[in-house]
Amino acid sequence: MSARLEARALACSRGPATLFRDVSFELSPGEWLAVRGPNGSGKTTLLRCVAGLTRVDRGQVLWDGAAAAGAAFHASLLYSGHLPGIKDDLTAEENLQSALGLRAVPVSGTAIRGALAEVGLEKRRRLPARRLSAGQRRRIGLARLMLDPARFWALDEPLTALDDEGRGLFERLLERHLAAGGLALLATHHDLAPAPARVLRIGA
Amino acid sequence: MNVAAERLPAEEPAGSFAAAFAWAFSRDVRLTIRHPGETLLVVAFFVLVASLFPLGVGAEPQLLQRIGPGVIWVCALLAAFLSLPGMFASDYADGSLEQMTLSPHPMSGWACGKIAAHWFATGLPLTVLSPLLGLQYGLSGDTLGALAAALVLGTPVLSLLGAACTALALGARGGGMLLALLALPLFVPVLVFGAGAAEAQASGLSAAPHLSILAAGLIVAAMGLPAAVCAAVRIAMD
Repeated sequence: MSARLEARALACSRGPATLFRDVSFELSPGEWLAVRGPNGSGKTTLLRCVAGLTRVDRGQVLWDGAAAAGAAFHASLLYSGHLPGIKDDLTAEENLQSALGLRAVPVSGTAIRGALAEVGLEKRRRLPARRLSAGQRRRIGLARLMLDPARFWALDEPLTALDDEGRGLFERLLERHLAAGGLALLATHHDLAPAPARVLRIGA
Repeated sequence: MNVAAERLPAEEPAGSFAAAFAWAFSRDVRLTIRHPGETLLVVAFFVLVASLFPLGVGAEPQLLQRIGPGVIWVCALLAAFLSLPGMFASDYADGSLEQMTLSPHPMSGWACGKIAAHWFATGLPLTVLSPLLGLQYGLSGDTLGALAAALVLGTPVLSLLGAACTALALGARGGGMLLALLALPLFVPVLVFGAGAAEAQASGLSAAPHLSILAAGLIVAAMGLPAAVCAAVRIAMD
């Protein structure tokens, strides 16, 4: 469990506008970093850069001392952006199965049902996702956090559309993740219960 | 809490091409079965347009036999083209494509799986129906066979080429028009050799040379285009 994440002097621009420059941070096991900044300051872009979806203009992201790319990094990374990647026509159960299959995580039907029960979707697990509310769809994402053994979470506004109880659930999951030696990079405006190791302010 | 215990194993599971292919193929086929509307529309379009021609040009048997293979091929090509925009659009819109890009599986695995599922939902039904439509044009048994063989080899090429063009047009405004400009010219060789196979058979020659060229084209397309799809998806994500 020695995996560390390191970002060195990241810079990214969109067209003529520079979103951020010289952003550096480090994350050790058991720590989480909060990314803060006004709307449009590039929080989402920073997360996408770290995940490797968007190319940086300068700088590099290191995972375990090597460039963060390829199957080894992707196996350790759980990224969730604004769009949760949930298929409207699949049920909550099938969505989880599909998401974990894509992440090459073998998981039993019982574990999926257990996770859905814990996020309060047990009775709705056979409904197509289109008939779930925004918060309930977010809860499918919470169940995914529960089942995926990825060590590094990069989550963009994970609390959107969640009620107080859902927020408590997320905080418990985050605590459990960190206690197991996980790392997390969260773009969020909320103050969460396990306090962040550091706060990264961008666009200020 | 047994769920907590199950997430502990820290061994990184390795991704594989076969697993990604099976994942994408089974998911897309399941989505198609749950929402068969789009496939049915494509098939209905194919049947309707191919049936309109005899009404339009008159019922002269010789004329119909002459234009039959070409008309059926053009209809199949347009039907396949109509189904292209849906190939990546919903995955792009709901964020699935991001997750697929970040999967530990190789990208080419799910790209090939998606292309295979697209062929299964469009190319295969078009191929199966083509002999029936050929009967409307009074094509002989041999010609119908050559037509179906050419479609079996040609429609996967359409799916492969279409996938690369659709991925390139992802996120572009006016993507539909752009897709037509990109894809239709690339479909031309498939059309020429596909319709040529049935025409050669009808005029008493062998369809084998045309079918061989189609097969060679299929092999080249299958080797090269999945990589192009992956590159285009990466650009669309950026």
